[in-house]
Amino acid sequence: MRLELRRITKRFGALTANDQISLIVEPGQIHSLLGENGAGKSTLMNVLFGLLRQDEGEILINDVVTSIADSGEAVRHGLGMVHQHFMLVPVFTVTENVVLGFEPTKSLDRVDYTKATEDIRRLSRQFNLEVDPNAIIENLPVGIQQRVEIIKALSHDAELLILDEPTAVLTPQEIDALMEVMRSLAAAGKSILFITHKLKEVKAVADVITVIRHGRVVGTAEPTASESELASLMVGREVNLTVEKSPYEPGDEVLEIRDLVVLDDRGLIAVNGVSLDVRAGEVLALAGVQGNGQTEFVEALVGMRSVLSGTITLHGRDITHLTPRKKLDAGIGHIPEDRQRDGLVLTMSVADNLVLNTPRRAPFASRGTRNLAAVNENAEHLVKDFDVRTSSIQSPTSALSGGNQQKVIVARELSRSLEFLVASQPTRGLDVGSIEYVHSQIIEHRNHGNGSLIVSSELDEVLALGDRIAVMFEGQICGIVDPSTSRESIGLLMAGHALEVSDV
Amino acid sequence: MSDVATKSRTTLWTRYTSSSPVVVTLYALILGLAFGALVIIVTTPAVLDAWRGLFDSWGAFPHALNATFNYVGAGYRAMFTGSVVDPQGFWHSLTTGKGWPNTLTPLSETLTYASPLVIVSIGVGIAFQTGLFNIGANGQAVIGGIAGTAFGSMLHMPTALHLPLTLLAGIAGGMLCGALPGILKAYTGAHEVIVTLMFNYVTYAFLLFCVLSTPLQQPGQSNDISRTMDPSAILAPLFGTKSGLRVSYGIFVSAAVVLFAWWLLNRSSLGFDFRVTGANPSAAKASGINARKVVVVSFLVSGGLAGLAGVVQVASTTHYIDGNFLIGNAGIGFTAITVALLGRNKPMGIVWASLLFAALGVGGRNMQATTGIPLDLATVIQSAIVLFVATPVLVKEIFHLRNVDTVGLNLATTGWGT
Repeated sequence: MRLELRRITKRFGALTANDQISLIVEPGQIHSLLGENGAGKSTLMNVLFGLLRQDEGEILINDVVTSIADSGEAVRHGLGMVHQHFMLVPVFTVTENVVLGFEPTKSLDRVDYTKATEDIRRLSRQFNLEVDPNAIIENLPVGIQQRVEIIKALSHDAELLILDEPTAVLTPQEIDALMEVMRSLAAAGKSILFITHKLKEVKAVADVITVIRHGRVVGTAEPTASESELASLMVGREVNLTVEKSPYEPGDEVLEIRDLVVLDDRGLIAVNGVSLDVRAGEVLALAGVQGNGQTEFVEALVGMRSVLSGTITLHGRDITHLTPRKKLDAGIGHIPEDRQRDGLVLTMSVADNLVLNTPRRAPFASRGTRNLAAVNENAEHLVKDFDVRTSSIQSPTSALSGGNQQKVIVARELSRSLEFLVASQPTRGLDVGSIEYVHSQIIEHRNHGNGSLIVSSELDEVLALGDRIAVMFEGQICGIVDPSTSRESIGLLMAGHALEVSDV
Repeated sequence: MSDVATKSRTTLWTRYTSSSPVVVTLYALILGLAFGALVIIVTTPAVLDAWRGLFDSWGAFPHALNATFNYVGAGYRAMFTGSVVDPQGFWHSLTTGKGWPNTLTPLSETLTYASPLVIVSIGVGIAFQTGLFNIGANGQAVIGGIAGTAFGSMLHMPTALHLPLTLLAGIAGGMLCGALPGILKAYTGAHEVIVTLMFNYVTYAFLLFCVLSTPLQQPGQSNDISRTMDPSAILAPLFGTKSGLRVSYGIFVSAAVVLFAWWLLNRSSLGFDFRVTGANPSAAKASGINARKVVVVSFLVSGGLAGLAGVVQVASTTHYIDGNFLIGNAGIGFTAITVALLGRNKPMGIVWASLLFAALGVGGRNMQATTGIPLDLATVIQSAIVLFVATPVLVKEIFHLRNVDTVGLNLATTGWGT
């Protein structure tokens, strides 16, 4: 399918979310739409998919001006959308999810699951989308769930697939698999509109790149353009993609973990005898494919999950079984993996979120009554220091972009005097500018002689931040390596292959 | 993205054509009354016949319109004069200085009804803010009423001691009744809706047991009626018994509760924990908030306030309880759920909503007495208002309100259902 957008403009009151955006997607082309969070990518896709109506401009499908009133019409015109947050029913099977709303029926209005399953198998084979049609969605890894979304779109005869930030939730391996799928789809003549802010992926898979900033197309680029060229086009200024670190001078041991065993929600062993030490002035990066026990490990570390056996010692003090509150008070800072679930109360103000885990601490409260003047002063101060972009400290955090939400958490954690920082996927879903900022804050914390543990499934992040890199596989530490180790070796460790002794 | 030229100044007009929560609630009120008018039209034979005349001749139109305005007008006039003030009587009292008690009776009745309703609704609202559905407020109020009546009627002491302790007994009773579902929820995960709902039946049975057996049953009675509270334990009428006005010192108890709730929710560390837990339990856990403690304490506060409402109800009106205490239309613990919703779980919002519901109830009785329109219409209007409040999108469409403050609006409505 050939899709052309001509001078699409969409305004929300005084804000112009899309300003005269034009782009063309040729049949069989992977067209990448690159832009920071809040640049207007999602608005444009919602216009294209009929969820919003453009104020100006037109949409041409196969050179015919088409008006799309709702998502049903978009589907009938051959558009398929894979949302960032999946629209699947967790307790249904793959087949049930794929046919949902468009069930093929046989006599007496019974759903024809045999035919549906056959269709899924056929699509799976055709596009390398391996999936078990009878599996229950909630038992599947995120990467497979995404395949189901893609199959669902294809089963409605989609000729153009819109992938909205598809890699935000994926592991490196899953990302590679997705890229393969995208290439085979393009080879079969399907067009793909790939929305992202990740430069590596764009370079790896896109045929054409359109960069938008503040709702405007600021340029198109070839995939051969360098990452820093793309980044400065996207952000509108020079971006420093490498993190400046002071020399590695490890001090005394801060955190000592011995033989930690932790169960997951199903009662199975998720962390199986992990022992780690972190020193002052050091960032220990914990690499690993997601789902190898990192989440449970961090939750146990900060007190949100109980420890079955083993010990955690902070400055020689046993903190293994302390409650989250006591661990916070002991000086453990936590940047959670899912910031909207565990890190923020979205309906509450920026000021309140900045004291979310210290509401009773002086000067924020005394004798059970909150001191709002102190809370607000703290917020004014932190918003300025940590460059949180918000219209007011009283705005709900839901009104902030993902990057600024993360800055609120980083500001909150790093502003209280910490003994140790645990950061889990600290830059997931953030744009380049915010990643740069969060990284620099973590490194500054380290440069002041503090210990940190950074958990990340992004190899780039692990390599950029870590002074030492521990790799976790199936609940165990399968190696601790130097950041100068090759990406291939670490990748092998992440896949569970032990290294030669000389590499460790 | 601030564009000074397009930024409109806040004028009276923009304020009432933009969709803030307050504006939507006001319009919902208007729509509710309009809906009530429609119900009056279709249920009053005289008005319906007048409209039926249109089938014979278009000339009947003025007559039909006239009949409609007469009946609907009379109904709503009776509602207003029965719950707020009769303008003629007011003018009479103002010019002659006589008949004030009669003039003030409607307002006094509305306040008498609203006073315990405010207290129990704030209790329900606090639970809502913590993310808990206290459907058992009525049962907790019943227990509070029983405890207060027992304390006030069976023990004897001076007023300075008796009245506060009677109120405290009510609070304690409600707390006890609220603590059980709270503890069950916190430590076993039993869903509070089910438990509190079932508790209402238990409390009814307990109420009947109490008023039918010694020592609480009125001595020498075989009916389901309790002893009467000592004069030292009651909330006396503000203007003395001779005035005939029932409004009592209970309104000061309600005012104190409003102040307490405002402090709790907006200024206290405990209330902050409540709101964080209600808005995002995961973040609450990660922030070191003890979820079990919050659930139990929130239920204690909610139940305690419900119990206080129960004892205020008894101590300011009948001074005894019977087997129909807080049953049916008098079930303020159930009304409180809708009042809390209408007031968006905020103390002052709940005050306005309680006054409105009290006025509709009290005025509805006057309407039934003077025009024959059934009291149930008041319930219909109450329900319609809540329905419109719960569907802000509908109200916005009907009145063509501009989207100015939809964030706040969605928070107040969708945040409720978590």
